Amino acid sequence: MKLTTTLAGALAASTCLAGMAAAQTELTMWYHGGGNEVESNILDGIVSEFNAAQSDWMVTVESFPQGSYNDSVVAAALAGNLPCILDVDGPVMPNWAWAGYMQALPISEAALEGHLDATIGRYNGEVYSVGLWDAAVAMYTRQSTLDALGVRTPSLEEPWTLEEFNAALAAAKASGDFEYAFDVGMAWTGEWYPYAFSPFLQSFGGDIVDRSTYLTAEGALNGDEALAFGEWWQSLFTEGYAPGTSQDPADRDGGFVEGKYAFSWNGNWAGKVALESGIDDLLFLPAPDFGNGSTIGAASWQFGVSGTCEYPEGAAAFVEHALQDKYLAAFSDGIGLIPSTAEAAAMSQDYNEGGALEVFFELSNQQALVRPVTPGYVVAAKVFEKALADIANGADVADTLDAAADEINADIERNGGYGH
Amino acid sequence: MAAISSDNQGLRLATRYVVLTLIALIFIFPLVFMVMSSFKPDLQLLRDTSSIRAFLPVGDISLNNYTAAFERAPVGLFVFNSVLVTGVTVLLSLLLCSMAGFSFVFLQWKGRNILLSIIIATLIVPFETIAIPLLLLVSKLPWIGLEGFSVGWLNSYRVQIIPWIADGLTIFLFVQYFKDLPRDLIEASRVEGASWWQIYIKVVMPLSGPVVATAAILKFLVMYNQYLWPLIVVQEETYRPVMVGLQYFFQLNTAWGEIMAYLTMITVPVLAFYLVLQRAFIASIASTGVKG
Repeated sequence: MKLTTTLAGALAASTCLAGMAAAQTELTMWYHGGGNEVESNILDGIVSEFNAAQSDWMVTVESFPQGSYNDSVVAAALAGNLPCILDVDGPVMPNWAWAGYMQALPISEAALEGHLDATIGRYNGEVYSVGLWDAAVAMYTRQSTLDALGVRTPSLEEPWTLEEFNAALAAAKASGDFEYAFDVGMAWTGEWYPYAFSPFLQSFGGDIVDRSTYLTAEGALNGDEALAFGEWWQSLFTEGYAPGTSQDPADRDGGFVEGKYAFSWNGNWAGKVALESGIDDLLFLPAPDFGNGSTIGAASWQFGVSGTCEYPEGAAAFVEHALQDKYLAAFSDGIGLIPSTAEAAAMSQDYNEGGALEVFFELSNQQALVRPVTPGYVVAAKVFEKALADIANGADVADTLDAAADEINADIERNGGYGH
Repeated sequence: MAAISSDNQGLRLATRYVVLTLIALIFIFPLVFMVMSSFKPDLQLLRDTSSIRAFLPVGDISLNNYTAAFERAPVGLFVFNSVLVTGVTVLLSLLLCSMAGFSFVFLQWKGRNILLSIIIATLIVPFETIAIPLLLLVSKLPWIGLEGFSVGWLNSYRVQIIPWIADGLTIFLFVQYFKDLPRDLIEASRVEGASWWQIYIKVVMPLSGPVVATAAILKFLVMYNQYLWPLIVVQEETYRPVMVGLQYFFQLNTAWGEIMAYLTMITVPVLAFYLVLQRAFIASIASTGVKG
């Protein structure tokens, strides 16, 4: 009798489960976290809970290594083989939306309430992607360094001016205590350049492209403000303040902690390592204000829906589910990035009130400026990277910025203005 | 006089060995660096690059990078995929290209010279230029397998194998080698009543060990090092090969030690394959005039 009851129960349960699974429509999701076990485990947990919490959709995840993710997506788009839910790097989203790889995400504005602006990917007035976290860059230094150099400690309300920052660099160099005054991170290439360095240009009053039309880089990348930025940028290397493009990656990773640099321009992801290295007077300072406000780069990886997905409402349901504060906090604890809401930050280990990295949430909240929201950004970013490397290596500033602006303009023209 | 001559000979020999040893070291150093670095933590690895310590098993040595590499990526699966795809492709390529070479050299048919010229001309076409058209083609090709009829070859072993079976270089190698085989042997076999198939199997191929080894090694290297093609045609981890798998180790903070451990592991099959075939490979280079 007991055996019969058990068997009957098992049969009923399996029938129910099978029925539920059969009723669920499968949504494939591609994610860039291949090789990052912590990140993958958190995402798998979110997916499992979503699949169990409702009976309409069944999300399955395929992870890709980040370095080759974008190429895989573009190839799949050409072959008509895109999944339903896509992971997209914030600044790349407009290009994928313009190319038809993505469609607008039918998510309610209410679900996005309280999220950091930069974590919401808007293009042409519509939401295309939403991020569970953001990243921020700060000026790493030690309080003892500032004291020794006689430099005031800046704040979000009163960041360093250009003159103050230059004076700090000169003082650091003159002290003879450091190999270089300022580690800008030249050993890192690729997206780091526009992400980390274009805010300097924007703070001078220039930009990679003219955001009022997105149809030209003329004036933005090679105007007077941009030239002033270029001269300042070059002076970092000609004055011997910063290591150039041949910087040893080991020095980039550990130079600041070892005391080789007075200041280091680095992201929140490096904050814990620096804190754990034993520096007890570590400071994360806001970006200097070079005359046009103090800004840092913004927008990290976000979730969206592919252009070929037949069930955007299913994708939106999953994204909405994933935006719960407990998941945002879990991601933050797992991979160290900034949760996209204040509530999640309060739940996280590092960004809560008094947390070791708390300051980064406010930096992101107050200083973040997304990279140009245009499909042409993917090309413009590479042009910008090359121009800055060339200037660092001694190229003529005006000629280099003129050539860069021309190259970006030619690309915009070739692509019919990218729909702007 | 004889003593002076003997001394000179000894000096020349010693000089030759010293020079050859130095040249060998230049080629071996990257491999030694890779293996030694695979046992070191990241910070030490990067620090050691500026000194001779980079080539020595010194400092904090452990197998931690190997353990971490297996935790980060399904290394075994990637190696299995690459060995399977490479092995099958090499075997099919040797068969098909040797038959093509045999046909071009020994059979008389119209247009063979033009066709051979066209095939050889494909050597100057970089794969990158045809990657996208080929991707579009294979994504629409039909297939009948155990699961029935389907359209599209993406996410499979066959998409990594079939487009790579025939190639101009391998056919060219066989053609060049077959041209140097004694014609008398072929003619004698024909007189004895052997069919072309029998001549191919029983006369020509048994004499073609060196070129088979060369073609196998060159094809092996091309296939084992595949990156772009599997990157664009394989989206499922189940079918990913080792070179795409390498990307798993490039995160926000690149795990250099794990990368070296992974590279050491995936280099083993290549070295083993080469060591097995190296004698025949060198003999073939000498006989076909192929360099590099």
